Amino acid sequence: MSRTRPLHLAVALDGPARYDADHYTELVTLAERGTLDFVTLGDSFARPGLDALAVLARVAPATRRIGLVPTVTTTHTEPFHVSTAIATLDWVSRGRAGWAVGVSATQAEARLFGRRPAAPAEELWREAGEVADAVARLWDSWEDGAEVRDAARGRFIDRSKLHHVDFEGTRFSVRGPSTVPRPPQGRPITAIDITGAGAEGRRTAARYADVVFIRAATPEQAASLRATVHRDAEAHGRDPSSLRVLLSLAVDLGGSEATPEPGLGGFHSRPRLTTQGSYYSGGPVELAELIGKWHGGGAVDGFHLAPIAPHRDLERIVNGTVALLQHRSLFRTFHPGGTLREHLGLARPANRYALSKGNS
Amino acid sequence: MTVDQPRSLHLAAHFPGAGGPAAWSDSPVSSQIDFASFEHLARTAERGLFDFFFLAEGLRLREHKGLVHDLDVAGRPESITLLNALAAVTDRLGLAATVNVSFNEPYELARRLSSLDHLSSGRAGWNVVTSSDAFTGENFRRGGCPDRVDRYTRAAEFIATARELWDSWTPDGQPRPIFRSGQHFAVQGEFTVPRSPQGHPVVIQSGDSDEGREFAAAFADVAFTRHGTLDAGRAFYADVKARLAAYGRQPSDLKIMPGVTFVLGASDAEARERAAAIRHEQISPERALLVLEQVWGRDLSSYDPDGPLPEIDPEPDVLLTQGLTQTGDPLETAARWRELSRAKGLSIRQTVIEATTGQSFVGTARSIASAMADFVSQGAADGFLLVPHLTPGDLDEFVDEVVPLLQERGVFRTCYSGTTLRAHLGLAQPVWKG
Repeated sequence: MSRTRPLHLAVALDGPARYDADHYTELVTLAERGTLDFVTLGDSFARPGLDALAVLARVAPATRRIGLVPTVTTTHTEPFHVSTAIATLDWVSRGRAGWAVGVSATQAEARLFGRRPAAPAEELWREAGEVADAVARLWDSWEDGAEVRDAARGRFIDRSKLHHVDFEGTRFSVRGPSTVPRPPQGRPITAIDITGAGAEGRRTAARYADVVFIRAATPEQAASLRATVHRDAEAHGRDPSSLRVLLSLAVDLGGSEATPEPGLGGFHSRPRLTTQGSYYSGGPVELAELIGKWHGGGAVDGFHLAPIAPHRDLERIVNGTVALLQHRSLFRTFHPGGTLREHLGLARPANRYALSKGNS
Repeated sequence: MTVDQPRSLHLAAHFPGAGGPAAWSDSPVSSQIDFASFEHLARTAERGLFDFFFLAEGLRLREHKGLVHDLDVAGRPESITLLNALAAVTDRLGLAATVNVSFNEPYELARRLSSLDHLSSGRAGWNVVTSSDAFTGENFRRGGCPDRVDRYTRAAEFIATARELWDSWTPDGQPRPIFRSGQHFAVQGEFTVPRSPQGHPVVIQSGDSDEGREFAAAFADVAFTRHGTLDAGRAFYADVKARLAAYGRQPSDLKIMPGVTFVLGASDAEARERAAAIRHEQISPERALLVLEQVWGRDLSSYDPDGPLPEIDPEPDVLLTQGLTQTGDPLETAARWRELSRAKGLSIRQTVIEATTGQSFVGTARSIASAMADFVSQGAADGFLLVPHLTPGDLDEFVDEVVPLLQERGVFRTCYSGTTLRAHLGLAQPVWKG
């Protein structure tokens, strides 16, 4: 029943570039107090800012429950490094890591590396899919229990439980196995924002994403996008119930202090579609109404909120919107699980190599 | 009357994880991958006022006779991500790691290191390693098998590019584009990160060849070495320090830190017994055969580790183990080991125990403190990279027992006087080149 389907909430920490750890630690601590599923932090070589995965690794020991999902780009980086860095984020956060798959499509970014010219987004998203595939195979390349510490036979590992991945992509190959043991979640969460990612981006999401970010101006539009994502995932042999579709929504809660701006629809519970995607301006209470209504109606599995002013809006989301949703029993009041997969209600995936051995 | 000021020394702690012959079967053994192990060692090092914590790198699991090597501790975290997490649980300790330039691009790695320096408020260090290893290259897009002779010119260009990026923002916080078109790298555009608290993260170098020493003299702030004896250490120290002037640098601009092990005991005799027991455990019967196969280049699995050395000669040019650097001529090594075995009547296992590297400092806390201070006062080192034998817990012993004695002798700090790794090492802030 859609009514009992749990609501998932995430928040983006993006804003003007900051270079100090305390800024991010405060924001994530606040989000954790609001029992949100996870935070995201965008990343790009095209604008100022620290390495997002580094920032969230820095924040991990200062938090206990909240999921940590940095953007990691796949165009100019080594898939092996992508895999080991995310696996390590999962180890240092004890099972709270994910990544939002990104591509670097501009000529300016290509010139920073001088390895290859800029390529069309379609091609880069196809490659991003290959990277997501290779990265997840590397996570599986150590079976659980590969570390045996068999003192009698002098064996630290059971090498029959380590696997070469022998991945051959269009533009790269990886032999494996990983140098990092299988992370606590088995596979950290893979998130893909399909807005602007084109047909290849949607295909990559349908095949590899655990969490898909969409944008929509009406619940009907969101429901239709979600159904498409589910259908595409099914076409790739996946169970649609293993996906979480979240609506990305830029939120400006500063409006609650002032009279509504003309043309923004006042405090109506309806996002506006802008070039950046959907945009909400109003108060925290009305935002809770909107979230409750859209989620209750089955349009989405949750929301990925991007505050316009991170500190101010996140505080209002946690103390206003989330508090009200909790009061109405529409959102959890504590994190019952310890891992991001548990927050999202997603099972720890079986290891593909262990499975194929079992079947043979 | 002038009194010789005792020379203060620097200390770093190496995490005893994957790759080395850590005696993992000893119990209780903590995990080589759980964050708690790293947090414990880092907190201990900081409690002992160490200059920095250090992580080695491995980008491909070793294989022996075509199979993943299963005797050693295997599995490790990705270093820079781990160091960022350690920055949250430490306050002053420097955080350094090996990162191979052969499998990275300067823009991305410079950005990751600069991010670590910002997020740790100036505590980042980078051990620059270069490789021509095609076996490891199979894990990477670029293959990573640059010509051997090109290795150091490529590494030099890599560092120069990274430093240009680290310097690229103006003091008032504006990015300036760089235009670099070299033999190995073409980098054009703006860096995404302002100049970091240390200006440049501390650069470490650890090659021992002539080229490696020259590279250290030209670029490095710290040099790691394997020279564990006083005489070898003094020769290396004098040689490398003498090379600095050619680059317009002072001898004190480069700190030389041999990687050393230690075994403590209530008496010197007890420490020696403990050291022998550790060696015995590290060289298990299986490992003794493995080490022998690495030298012989042959399958020796039918031999008894407690029996005599093989009569057959090594197969030259056969590398049974991949992902491990071969040192020395196998025929020569085999001849030396046979001689040792004959002279002392040793089995395969006993020969390997005797012939392979033992511990550097064995004794009471007082004798170890004294030996370390001598090393430094006699010009064999500026400090040490300590490699605990068994588990991260071993460092506690050193911090509790040896550090106070070093402080008592006036050769080690009694508090951190600065906040950055450069400050701990007594290194100047690099000039901001615009």
